[in-house]
Amino acid sequence: MWKVFDMADKKTIKRKTDFKKGLDIFLFLLPAILLFVGILIAPIAVSLYRSLQKWNGFSPGTFIGFKNYKDLFTSGSINWMTSLKNALIIAFFSVFVQLPFSLLLALLLGRKYKGERFFLTVYFMPVLISTVVIGQLWLKIYNPDYGILNRALAALGLADWQHVWVGDPKTALGSVVVPTIWQYVGYHMLLMYAGVKGVSPDLREAAMLDGATNWQVDRYVVIPVIKPIIRTSVIFAVTGSLKTYDLVRIITNAGPTHKTEVPSTLLEDMLFLRNRYGMGSTISVMLIILCFAFALAITAAFKEKEY
Amino acid sequence: MQLEERYTLKKSNPAVKVLVYILLVIWAFINIFPIYFMFTFSLKSNEEIFGENVVGLPREWLFSNYVSAMNTGNMGLYFVNSVLVTTVSIFISLAAAMMATYAITRIKWKGANFTNSFFMLGLTIPLQASIVPVYVILSKLHWLNHYSTLIIPYSAFTLSMSILICTGFMVDIPYDLDEAARIDGCGLWGTFGRIIVPLLKPAYATIGIYAFLQCWNEFMFANVFISDSAHRTLPVGIKALSGAYTTDWGPIGAALVIATFPTLIVYIFLCRKIQDSFIAGAVKG
Repeated sequence: MWKVFDMADKKTIKRKTDFKKGLDIFLFLLPAILLFVGILIAPIAVSLYRSLQKWNGFSPGTFIGFKNYKDLFTSGSINWMTSLKNALIIAFFSVFVQLPFSLLLALLLGRKYKGERFFLTVYFMPVLISTVVIGQLWLKIYNPDYGILNRALAALGLADWQHVWVGDPKTALGSVVVPTIWQYVGYHMLLMYAGVKGVSPDLREAAMLDGATNWQVDRYVVIPVIKPIIRTSVIFAVTGSLKTYDLVRIITNAGPTHKTEVPSTLLEDMLFLRNRYGMGSTISVMLIILCFAFALAITAAFKEKEY
Repeated sequence: MQLEERYTLKKSNPAVKVLVYILLVIWAFINIFPIYFMFTFSLKSNEEIFGENVVGLPREWLFSNYVSAMNTGNMGLYFVNSVLVTTVSIFISLAAAMMATYAITRIKWKGANFTNSFFMLGLTIPLQASIVPVYVILSKLHWLNHYSTLIIPYSAFTLSMSILICTGFMVDIPYDLDEAARIDGCGLWGTFGRIIVPLLKPAYATIGIYAFLQCWNEFMFANVFISDSAHRTLPVGIKALSGAYTTDWGPIGAALVIATFPTLIVYIFLCRKIQDSFIAGAVKG
């Protein structure tokens, strides 16, 4: 796009004065900058500053250096390590279960089966539904007495497998992971499907003339070509997992006994239950660092694998 | 977005084809079933849901569940609140994004590239990053529990994606048009208002759809910033309602349907356009 820009430069018509132009640029950017700096950039700067303080949100804070960061990783009562572990487990399942399945669906739908559009449309539907609704719905499915899951198990003669899914420490995290993965398969599938459909027909043709089967075309032509999309999906899946909040709040409410705590629920607790605004800021900063670190690491990992 | 089918495939083994169809149909069922389940239990009494008729169509269609959701659960008010907050947020985000993108892509100046990268930071920054300071400032200013408490953050959070999508559409507009407008005596603002804004119409839909889903379904900020029932949006309203009706499933189902079906019905008619909006948002980034 910058090439087009250069051409336009040459044709640019002389403007009255540089000052007038500068003022116009400033005014055009003003609403966006006010919103962006006011709600995103300035608060992050404040968070960075407050993360170094012991602060209850109202009185002036006292500067304590990196003690919050140290406590975050060493104090068990804060539950940060549990929350981080849970977020990483969700990320793991997203990357290694959800994405491969999404890719499989995208490749299969790229095979021009009858009803392709129908399947695509149906698979994308859960993405449009609010996570709060999804959470409520799955709560009904998990309900120990009346939920479909336990009833289905009973009907299949597997009554031994019945659980208080959401309340049992062993299954609580799983009961959050399953809906999370289920909901966004359609999203990743759609992105990958767009990539599959965008692969140049000449490339496919060439591979097939060399005798490749459909699977080999997918493996050696399509997947390498859509690698940038897969990378985007991996980044979205990982950063999305780190940010998980809605489903945990609705389904398990971070329980039982903080077993399913994730960074965002912890952050909320610091503000409303424990009045530890300094520590809350520290968690915010850690989340930003983690999101950027993972995004960079994933980008780097994909670069190395290119040949 | 080009999704046409121009390539050819080898004929596959019929047995494989059957297996693939079975997989596709099962997954379709897993996607449709929860929606069907939600719709049917929204019309049932507890006796039916807890009794023998768990997954069948309701024997008696209990529209009174919807009446409870609207009256006791205030879902009507929450629906209106959601519409209001979402619409205004989309409008602000779109207007700010079009202006900023115009300055970045169509006016020549040194910092354009840098400014663009700066706004793109917003694609990776998690919402949670700003929640503590914004909450403290808003509560000190006694600005919690207003519509604008949500509208301003929502506009800010959708801004980066709006600018990204806008850039994609704006570079497709021929620069000759700007030049022609200038020759005819339009200034930067005139060119923006008379040439760019009308020609960006296709971008409105893409940005609107993307921002709509972000704002309509947003839960964390709405849950933290809004504590009075008068300004609740649908996701928070559903959470409150489910707390009030722990044992009565019908009205909860009705609330879920009220929050979800308008979006799904629009999706059925505009599925291609909506899918393309998501592809544009992710793939161009």
